Amino acid sequence: MSCDDKVDCGRRRLLVATAAVGGVAGVAVAVPFVASMLPSERAKAAGAPVEVDISKLAPGEMMTVEWRGKPVWVINRTKEQLESLPKIDSQLADPKSEKNMQPDYAKNETRSIKPNILVAVGICTHLGCSPSEKFKTGAESGISADWPGGFFCPCHGSTFDLAGRVYKGKPAPDNLEIPPHMYLGDAKLVIGEDKKA
Amino acid sequence: MSKMNAILQGTLNWVDERFPLTSLWKEHLAEYYAPKNFNFWYFFGSLALLVLVLQIVTGIVLTMHFKPDASLNASGVPVAFASVEYIMRDVPWGWLVRYMHSTGASAFFFVVYMHMFRGMLYGSYRKPRELIWIFGMIIFLALMAEAFFGYLLPWGQMSFWGAQVIVNLFSAIPFIGPDLSLWLRGDYVVGDATLNRFFAFHVIAVPMVLLGLVAAHIIALHEVGSNNPDGVEIKKKKDANGIPLDGIPFHPYYTVKDIVGVIVFLMVFSVILFFMPEFGGYFLEYNNFFPADPLVTPLHIAPVWYFTPYYSILRAVTYPLFGIDAKFWGVVAMGASTLIIALLPWLDRSPVKSIRYRGPLYKGFLTAFIASFLILGYLGMLGPTPVRTIVAQICSVIYFAFFLLMPIYSSLDKCQPEPDRVTSK
Repeated sequence: MSCDDKVDCGRRRLLVATAAVGGVAGVAVAVPFVASMLPSERAKAAGAPVEVDISKLAPGEMMTVEWRGKPVWVINRTKEQLESLPKIDSQLADPKSEKNMQPDYAKNETRSIKPNILVAVGICTHLGCSPSEKFKTGAESGISADWPGGFFCPCHGSTFDLAGRVYKGKPAPDNLEIPPHMYLGDAKLVIGEDKKA
Repeated sequence: MSKMNAILQGTLNWVDERFPLTSLWKEHLAEYYAPKNFNFWYFFGSLALLVLVLQIVTGIVLTMHFKPDASLNASGVPVAFASVEYIMRDVPWGWLVRYMHSTGASAFFFVVYMHMFRGMLYGSYRKPRELIWIFGMIIFLALMAEAFFGYLLPWGQMSFWGAQVIVNLFSAIPFIGPDLSLWLRGDYVVGDATLNRFFAFHVIAVPMVLLGLVAAHIIALHEVGSNNPDGVEIKKKKDANGIPLDGIPFHPYYTVKDIVGVIVFLMVFSVILFFMPEFGGYFLEYNNFFPADPLVTPLHIAPVWYFTPYYSILRAVTYPLFGIDAKFWGVVAMGASTLIIALLPWLDRSPVKSIRYRGPLYKGFLTAFIASFLILGYLGMLGPTPVRTIVAQICSVIYFAFFLLMPIYSSLDKCQPEPDRVTSK
């Protein structure tokens, strides 16, 4: 800062220092206002695990459960559906589930604990729409002649296979998220909690 | 009578000594000299002001009955959704006020788009009106935010999933994205916290910003003076009193003329308001008459018509770049498509302002731009298919080419000479 005869440099320095300290205080005051928009304690506490009875879920059927306000799909895949999974690996963006979208115990070909039961968060990894089920195969699905069954997001056209793996060249970047889950007995599924916890 | 006049004059003098009432009146109305050759394109500025007032007045009435509450009532319907139905069915004249507000939102965008297009036709953004243009662009962005926040409030299916998609756009930003969208939502999913804060933004925060910006827009306009369809400065030719030769006082000439525009506008507005308030699903989407269901996305989801061109651009980006997801670049392209309009004053190198004296190159590019904007808008209302995606990609390229190539083609163009003074056609 240049000082000439007309400026009292001591006062100018005091002025600058005061403004700087005042500015810091102003920024500090913004913190509670900004932080007040974060999830409240009540919202944080609302994420309790959900118990689901899957004894009545026949092969080829799907049920939707609400967990933390999100749809979670539980799908009992048929043998044919499971056999179709490895055949389409070349069309998928992340066939081996290398991105961290699932707990380690679901990082396998079927992305599940029990091979036939898929538990996945039904929220498209693009912008959060819930894809619709397109289990019918082939041209009947309205997607393509060689469609092996899976999910189609109505918002931006992303497609997922029956293990929630995303197809290449679609707007969604990642496979569907597999939530933490575990089984208590044969037919009792807990979503939102696993044995690690 | 003269005694009455004396009292009025005395009152005015008393005020003028304490507040610049008369000088404000003169500066902005009675002695604001506007070019005499305004055509119908110049109605849209005052119409935008009219719709702003309409939205504020109807909005105040709606807040008296609306409840921003996502919890379920005794019948299992979200309280916010039920309160909108209550306004429509039980509040005296509530249906009218609500339809005025929802139709007003679409009218606002129509009027603002026409107002912006007028600016492009006649080069109203060129020096010395760059700041007017910038203020206007910020108004446009604030208006989009206002419409987006407002659309969540009825808490229908489209409200919910539209907000879900737009808030998730922010999560595409590397590193801070997921936390940013969590902060915007105030919950892990779009929920009651989101509804309540969007209500606060919609009724207080954004309207206040809008009003301030509108004031800045008009103050800047009155500082430099209005452009006109010929794009020549009327201030260059003044009479002995320093009044532009081609200028006429805004009041009474344009206040009266604008009333004609207001009447025509209100006629069209009333027809829509009374006979087709949903406008075939374009102003109020059918899926929004179902309460929000966080578990089921409607099979067909599209934004309201005024957002569809940008939505198409978002969807058109399907290639990852520099190791970052296509999703992020889609968001960048969408943001850039709105922000790039603000750069027009510096992209345009033409020696003339008005379309009347521009050459074929600019006219060709402008036509291609308008066509691509309309096609993108149309595609944004439809579901995605491979062919539509390719068309949207081509149109997106044309959209950006109009702006990015402008410094080149606008300076190469063969323009006609501008007249010295405004013309009357």
